[in-house]
Amino acid sequence: MGLDKLLVISAALFCCGLYAILTRRNAVAVLMGVELILNAANINFVAFSHYVSRVIGGQIFAVFVIVLAAAEAAVALAIFLRMYATTGTVEIDAADQLKG
Amino acid sequence: MIRYAYIIPLLPLLAFFVNIAVGRRLPRKGDWVSIAAIGAGLAMSIAIFFEVFRIHDPNFKYHIVYPWLDIGGRFVVKAGILVDNLTAVMLVVVTGVSTLVHIFSVGYMHGDPRYSRFFAYLSVFSFSMLGLVLAESFFFIYIFWELVGVASYLLIGFWFEKKSAADACKKAFIVNRIGDFGFLIGFLILYSATGVLGYDEVFQGISEGKVAGTLLTLAGIGIFCGAIGKSAQFPLHVWLPDAMEGPTPVSALIHAATMVAAGVYLVGRVYPIFTPDAFLVIAYIGLLTLFISATIALASRDIKKVLAYSTCSQLGFMIMGLGVGGFTAGLLHLTTHAAFKACLFLGSGSVIHAVHSQDIFEMGGLWKKMKITAATFIIATLAIAGVPGFSGFYSKDMILAAALEFGMRHPQHMIIFVVTLFTAGMTAFYMFRLVILTFFGKPRDHHKYDHAHESPPNMSVPLVILAVLSFAFWFKAPLAEKGWFEVLVPKPASAVSASFAVPANAGLSAEAPAGAKGEHDLHLAHKAHTIAMYSSVGVAGLGILLAFGIYMLGWVDPDKVAAKFPRLHDFLVNKWYFDELYEATAVNGTKALSRALAWFDLHVVDGLVNLCAQVAVWVSFLAGKFDNAVVDGAVNGVATVTIESGSFFRRFQTGKLYHYVYILAGGVLIIYLVKAF
Repeated sequence: MGLDKLLVISAALFCCGLYAILTRRNAVAVLMGVELILNAANINFVAFSHYVSRVIGGQIFAVFVIVLAAAEAAVALAIFLRMYATTGTVEIDAADQLKG
Repeated sequence: MIRYAYIIPLLPLLAFFVNIAVGRRLPRKGDWVSIAAIGAGLAMSIAIFFEVFRIHDPNFKYHIVYPWLDIGGRFVVKAGILVDNLTAVMLVVVTGVSTLVHIFSVGYMHGDPRYSRFFAYLSVFSFSMLGLVLAESFFFIYIFWELVGVASYLLIGFWFEKKSAADACKKAFIVNRIGDFGFLIGFLILYSATGVLGYDEVFQGISEGKVAGTLLTLAGIGIFCGAIGKSAQFPLHVWLPDAMEGPTPVSALIHAATMVAAGVYLVGRVYPIFTPDAFLVIAYIGLLTLFISATIALASRDIKKVLAYSTCSQLGFMIMGLGVGGFTAGLLHLTTHAAFKACLFLGSGSVIHAVHSQDIFEMGGLWKKMKITAATFIIATLAIAGVPGFSGFYSKDMILAAALEFGMRHPQHMIIFVVTLFTAGMTAFYMFRLVILTFFGKPRDHHKYDHAHESPPNMSVPLVILAVLSFAFWFKAPLAEKGWFEVLVPKPASAVSASFAVPANAGLSAEAPAGAKGEHDLHLAHKAHTIAMYSSVGVAGLGILLAFGIYMLGWVDPDKVAAKFPRLHDFLVNKWYFDELYEATAVNGTKALSRALAWFDLHVVDGLVNLCAQVAVWVSFLAGKFDNAVVDGAVNGVATVTIESGSFFRRFQTGKLYHYVYILAGGVLIIYLVKAF
């Protein structure tokens, strides 16, 4: 398995995530799109680390990103819960109170 | 006691403040405060009088001054009091009459809604009058002079709901102001010439020749103008009869004994400053007044108006007496007149109180109903008519003697004596006409007669006291050569020394001081006195006889006489048309002037103001246009650009997350495409 195939998978995964973010109105679905993009980035980190630089830094960065994604998901879901309690929905268009 | 004389005027002032502030809430509405104040003043005045009387020195003078107002040492006004024999007598007269009027008012004003206010006014009036008597400088006598004017305004207009009373008080005040203006000019002439204000200092300055000739005559006439106003002399006498609109005790207080006496007192007080010319003016003004008022009194039907005009006439006697050199005579008449005229006024108040009318033709026969009032009224009438044994005879006789002496010295002025003598007869006539119509004969209005009753003791006791004081023996022991008044109040030496007098009239001023009178002068005076005495008794008797004949026995029907001379009668009933004359000249003249000034104000002054305003409006209009178009345009332009650009750019800020992401993705794609190819 070569680097090219891994990059294609990563690009496909990124596009899936981007598509989810652009098309879904449900905040949880958008969050899932973000997770896909993060994981596409992780594949790139690991693949370049393995085939190009030959040092472990890329893998470590991927681990950081996974931790960061977990924290991000926790915070985002907490926000969605509060949003649901306040507005009764998690549609992202509904969160427009700050709009002038 | 003399040292404490300054307390006398302060007591009524205190009573005034008490009554004006809390009088309504005091027991008996505070009348006792005023009465106590003036009563204490009377007690002190009597004590001072007896002290002075015991000293018995014609030149006695207690004089105390201290600087009151000092403006850089250049203008110093001194306050102080002057007590001499004349002041001591005047203190007793003023406080005495005032006290009796206070007591009389308790009965007369009973139940009036402004009862305590009335006593407050009486107190402030007494204060002003006493201050005037005690003043020792032209400055202070002027201040109190004006205060008397204000107090009289308040008292005459006490029943201001009545239009006639409101008009009368205004008239009294304005007419008095005219005279006061002359007074002000007079003493300012003296002040500018001598630089001092105290009587003695001014007299000193005049005798040093600092002011002389015509200017001094003018100053004297100016000061006399004040007396013309206050003492109701021709031509300013018109206020006095109208002032009868006030309550009757006020008439008695103001118009018999105190306020009108102020003018005579002033002339007496500043006697040394008058030049012979000024004396001539004084004498003829007095003569005109005494004659005109007496003729008006002949035809009046109103009991108070008759008394008012008789007051005018008697004041004319005093002024004339002072003018012809009868200093003592004039002031003695002032003193005796105070007692019997107050008695007459209070008596008329008692009558009005009883029958509720002032028309003597609605009275008659009241003798049976009100014996005390009638008896006291008759005694006072005998005094004013000049019947021997009464005080009026003694003083009027002296005035006549002075007039005759003057006439003998200057035959061209003999007319003064003739007219005065004739008027003395008229006085007796009209006063007895009044008495007969009021108290004798048959009642002409039975309804009013039946309701008449004697007044309560607090009204009748003052009458009795005043009537008792109308006898001559208080002033001169029977058969004595001279009364105490003549001894204690001698004529002061003139400050106008002969060398500064106008040469043409030097003869008039040649009357040497009393001490240096020659044998010839003494003889002349004695002769004048004898003739005057007999003739005055004669005319008084004639007048009384005529009055009895016409109004009691019906020799002649007065209505027929009036019908025979309708023009003369109308002339007298209309008071010589003085009011109409002043209405036509002074009042209408003032009104016309006011209208002319109003026209000027409305058209010229207002026109200028309006023009300025119009110009300002035009300028403002242009400035406004500039402001709106240019300044506001610039400001609004900036704002509009900001708004337009803002609303253009806000379209990109949708707030929709995926829009941003679209743009982000699009941007990345564009960068990729640019890089790739």
